[in-house]
Amino acid sequence: MKSISLLLLILLIISSACSNGDKVELTNVTFSFSHNWDGTSVTNSDFNTIKFTNEYGNQLSIERLRYLISKITFHKTDGNTIVLEDYNLVDVTNNQNLSFMPAEFVTTGEYSNISFTFGFNNEDNANNYTDLNTASWIVPEILGGGYHYMQFDGKFLNQANEEQGFNYHAIRAVNNLGETLSFPQDTFIIVNLGPTTITDNAIFNIEMDIAEWFKTPYTWNLNELNQTLMPNSEAQIMMHKNGQNVFSLKSVNQ
Amino acid sequence: MLFLLICFACENESVEQYVAMPNPIDIPKLFEDNILAPLIPVDNPQTVEGIALGKKLFFDPILSGNNTQACADCHAPQHAFSDSAKFSEGINGDLGTRNSMPLFNLAWNYNEKFFWDGNTFSLEHQVFVPVSDPTEMNSDWKEVELKLQNHLEYPSLFKNAFGTSNIDSTIVSKAIAQFERTLVSANSKFDQYLLGKIELTSNELNGFNVFMDETKGDCFHCHGSDKNPLWTDNTFHNNGLDTTFTDLGLGAITGDPADNGKFKSPSLRNLAFTAPYMHDGRFSTLDEVINHYSEGLRNSATIDPLMKKENQGGVRLSDSDKADLKTFLLSLSDYDFIAN
Repeated sequence: MKSISLLLLILLIISSACSNGDKVELTNVTFSFSHNWDGTSVTNSDFNTIKFTNEYGNQLSIERLRYLISKITFHKTDGNTIVLEDYNLVDVTNNQNLSFMPAEFVTTGEYSNISFTFGFNNEDNANNYTDLNTASWIVPEILGGGYHYMQFDGKFLNQANEEQGFNYHAIRAVNNLGETLSFPQDTFIIVNLGPTTITDNAIFNIEMDIAEWFKTPYTWNLNELNQTLMPNSEAQIMMHKNGQNVFSLKSVNQ
Repeated sequence: MLFLLICFACENESVEQYVAMPNPIDIPKLFEDNILAPLIPVDNPQTVEGIALGKKLFFDPILSGNNTQACADCHAPQHAFSDSAKFSEGINGDLGTRNSMPLFNLAWNYNEKFFWDGNTFSLEHQVFVPVSDPTEMNSDWKEVELKLQNHLEYPSLFKNAFGTSNIDSTIVSKAIAQFERTLVSANSKFDQYLLGKIELTSNELNGFNVFMDETKGDCFHCHGSDKNPLWTDNTFHNNGLDTTFTDLGLGAITGDPADNGKFKSPSLRNLAFTAPYMHDGRFSTLDEVINHYSEGLRNSATIDPLMKKENQGGVRLSDSDKADLKTFLLSLSDYDFIAN
């Protein structure tokens, strides 16, 4: 982390010394996460009450929502990238880490795309993270190990009109029925935020539309898929597909 | 007497500054490798003198109103610093309303919320509560300070530990908190297994799998894992004990009805020594506890969604899985901890 910043600083000095062109500087970037349900703002004050209706028609509450983002990547127009190795566990339930400033700096200038990973890619998922272990964020070894991508718990009104719990937990899809584990497809999501020109202390305001987790392409019926979804690789793949349009860049302040 | 005496000679006076000997917590390897560092307040570092003083105070009935009850009476070492009684009896014969919590690995309670309902922030503040609680030690802190001040030994012990012989409740609580932070439990049979020193039985291994399997026990979401060797998430859940609540738990502290019936997840370490179980000690045996999660869940507005198959009473483990789960849970008991 420090070495990348040092490298950037050296590059900046060399660049400044050798060129009279555009001035390039190092700056902090901040990622701010907010949440909505079909466009209506959601905070933890909206939790614990059955007040949301998903695409299928399930009425539901949110009681716990945490998710991991990692590998924030700045794609330059010349094809080079700056990859930030920090990660962030967004905890909406406890209103923690909704704003995240990576320790690393980035250079100002024009970027053709900025992206992050929902969850961990497979390589990062194999590492040991003391803070995530402490947060009880692990995935058991019998499911391949690593970490949750998201923990989304709540209750819905079932067909008997009774409240029933659901655990929409996203992890790396795994088949564990045979002698050995197999991984049918990657289920982390690379979220592309699009092009941006960074000038100074940019704040990226990112929105999660929670309703999208139940919407497209699979209209999620909580009566059928509610708990014990971690070992269900088909459900994990459905989450992965539904998650493609969950995040969007609302604005950039700088 | 272990302290450094530093004399600063000034023009008209000499100032003596006592510095107690640092004695940081020995962090177990499994903790160091897998979880965040323990929390030690900057204004109350662990010292040899502070820990020794805290230990003496913990076992001394001088803190109670009539000098008959020590902290250790309800937090007995042989019970992993808990009480084998469902509710502890105070100095006047009054019974509490919750089971005495065991004391270990307290420096890793990262949110620093103590007691079953998290009503107190920080270990130092926790110390204040039972001393003055009328149903427990029923003391007045001013009287405690006076008793300690007039004691033959304590003033010098406080002087060595904190550089002052003027005893007040703040440094009493600091000393006891220092001692409590030394109560580290990390040498169970399962710890030895994780360190590669021993093998587990097939029953214990299957029990661990039941614990970690979302289709079976699914205990790991709230009670730690091989990667979180505290065996608790240190947060608050309604685990389906009741349909209505006589004790609101966390809800009485936050005032939020969504917190009613929520209590702290206790660590699953040392269950061999800490019966009875649950915040109200309602279960006498581990079998009763496992049966609760398997078939006995009761619905309520605040039951945690992580309680699987609540509408069927629970996860419905087979008899053999129940037996193996119990065997695994008992492998988390640390006999060295209660012996030392």
